[in-house]
Amino acid sequence: MISAVIVFPGSNCDRDLKVAIEAVTGRAPAMVWHREMELPAGTGLIAIPGGFSYGDYLRSGAMAARSPIMQAVTQAAGRGVPVLGICNGFQVLTEAGLLPGALMRNAGLHFVCRIVGLKVETSQSIFTSFYSAGEEIVIPVAHHDGNYQANRETLDRLEGDGRVAFRYTGEVNGSARSIAGILNTSGNVLGMMPHPERALEAAHGGTDGRRLFEGLLEAVAA
Amino acid sequence: MKARVFVTLKPGVLDPQGKAIHHALDGLGFAGVNDVRAGKLIELDLADGTSEADIEAMCRQLLANTVIENFRVEQAS
Repeated sequence: MISAVIVFPGSNCDRDLKVAIEAVTGRAPAMVWHREMELPAGTGLIAIPGGFSYGDYLRSGAMAARSPIMQAVTQAAGRGVPVLGICNGFQVLTEAGLLPGALMRNAGLHFVCRIVGLKVETSQSIFTSFYSAGEEIVIPVAHHDGNYQANRETLDRLEGDGRVAFRYTGEVNGSARSIAGILNTSGNVLGMMPHPERALEAAHGGTDGRRLFEGLLEAVAA
Repeated sequence: MKARVFVTLKPGVLDPQGKAIHHALDGLGFAGVNDVRAGKLIELDLADGTSEADIEAMCRQLLANTVIENFRVEQAS
């Protein structure tokens, strides 16, 4: 499978994501610089990494969402290509309008960097099919702007349509309805604040992130 | 020509930074501060004749995130 990791100035989890994708798929992803206009031909998975693109200037993810490569990402997402945005990647996806809502400063104002509990809300997605609905997993978070907010109608719609992928099991950042990750209407775009690529090997302290990539690989290969 | 764009959080949107500023003002002994909301001021130096519609498009496409923010433009010639 051909996969692509988008790299912005200030991305800092791009290598972690590359290592995770290569470990699971057996093939290193193309690292695509934000100034590119096109993705590699046949790209079957796009991953947008964590970090502080453009120094979080203006708003987290705001500049990255308007960079040249994002037009190609938006077009690919429209064709059904899976897009995974982690942490800053989630912020980029909301700023680009590929996911609803916004990620604001953590309610407690502090940068939160620790391992948190997550509840998998649905197994009916290409990202979560290797988990059970209701299962509790542990994945690290590391963010300052992870406080997910949207208006009530949007939140009701996300919940009603089964588009909340993950919720925090405890208080982390003030997110509305404890939302940690959401899907788009077609289910091929996932944004999440926790870092599954940092929970891949036993040496990471946990392997609960691995099944996200394994499930994706099976979905894309099928 | 110049334009000033004021970006503010929509009413009801939680403003942790405003809350922190409020807390610090309390700490300095300023009583009677009921609430603090923090926003941004963006100054644009524009080619003469830039239309209001263009400035509004800049605000909608980049300067403000209209999911959570309002914006107001002040033009000065």
